Amino acid sequence: MTKHKVRVIVTLKNGVLDPQGLAIKHVIDSLGKTGFEEVRQGKMFDLVVTAETSQAALAAAQDAAKTVLSNPILETFVCSLVS
Amino acid sequence: MKFGIVIFPGSNCDHDAYHVVKHVLGEEAVFLWHGDRDLRGSDCVILPGGFAYGDYLRCGALAKFSPVMQEVADFSAKGGPVIGICNGFQILLECGLLDGAMLRNASLRYVCKHVYVRVETDRTPFTSIITPGRVLKIPIGHMEGNYYAAADTVRALEDEARIVFRYTSPAGEVDPAWNPNGAMAGVAGICNKARNVVGMMPHPERASEAALGCEDGKIIFTSVVRAIAGSCV
Repeated sequence: MTKHKVRVIVTLKNGVLDPQGLAIKHVIDSLGKTGFEEVRQGKMFDLVVTAETSQAALAAAQDAAKTVLSNPILETFVCSLVS
Repeated sequence: MKFGIVIFPGSNCDHDAYHVVKHVLGEEAVFLWHGDRDLRGSDCVILPGGFAYGDYLRCGALAKFSPVMQEVADFSAKGGPVIGICNGFQILLECGLLDGAMLRNASLRYVCKHVYVRVETDRTPFTSIITPGRVLKIPIGHMEGNYYAAADTVRALEDEARIVFRYTSPAGEVDPAWNPNGAMAGVAGICNKARNVVGMMPHPERASEAALGCEDGKIIFTSVVRAIAGSCV
C-alpha cells in the first residue's frame, strides 16, 4: 500500500449562474485589465489516499468527489493524480 | 403532539423553534442531537436554521451525513412531517429529500429582513389551514437562498403544485423586485412529491409572537398540529 496524492477540482456546471465569478470579473475589469471574457470560481481539494495502486486511489477519490465534495445538481468535478 | 428539533453542531435557531413549539403553542418539544439514531417518538421533525458544521464545504453538505438524518429519512418515507427552515432547508436539499440546490444570493450579500411570501398550496401539513394566496410576512436571514434546479425539475414543481411559498410583493404579486435572493421561480419554499417534507428559507419561528412584531409564522406550526390531530382522529 502506498500513498497517492489526488487533486480534485470542483466547478459549477456550465449554465449555472456564478455570482461570485461575476463579482471577481467585475473587479478585474474595473482595474482596467482587458481581455477577460469570463471568470468562474471553483474549489480545489488535495487528497492523500492510501491504496494498492494509483488507479485504485483515483477511483476512491472519484467516489468521494461524487458523494461528498460536489453537489451533482450544481457542480461537476475532475480528479487527477498528482503523485 | 411531540416535535423533535434536531441540533447540529452550528445550529442556532434550535432554541427559537423549541420556544415557539413549547411556550407559544403549548406542545411537547424535545431536542435531538445530530449523532442520535432515535427520534424519541417525535410526531414532527424540525431541522432548524443556523450553520450546521459551519457551512463547511457547502451549506448542509456535511450535515447530510449525520446519523440522525438516516432516521429523518426513514421517518419521512413513512409519511412523517418534516420541515427544514433556512439551513434546515439547505440540508434537506443536500440529502435529496427535496429537489434542487442553493446558490449564493444573486446580490452576493447576506440578506436579513422581513419578506413577503405567498402561500401557494394548502396540501402540505405545514400549510393545511392556510388559504392559498394568503401573503405572510416572515423574516429571512441567509447568504445562500438562491434556489436553483434544472429546468425540468422546476417545471415538475410547478406542475405538481410543489412550490409551497413564493416571494411576492405585500399584495401577493410575483415581481423580481420582491425576490430577495434571485431564487428561480421566486421559490421561498417547496415540498417533496409525498408533500410531507417542506423546506423554506424564511424563519416562521422568528415571527410567531406579537412581541416580535409579527405573528404570521405561527400558522405554519399550528397547521401541522391540526394536520397531525386530524390524521389521528
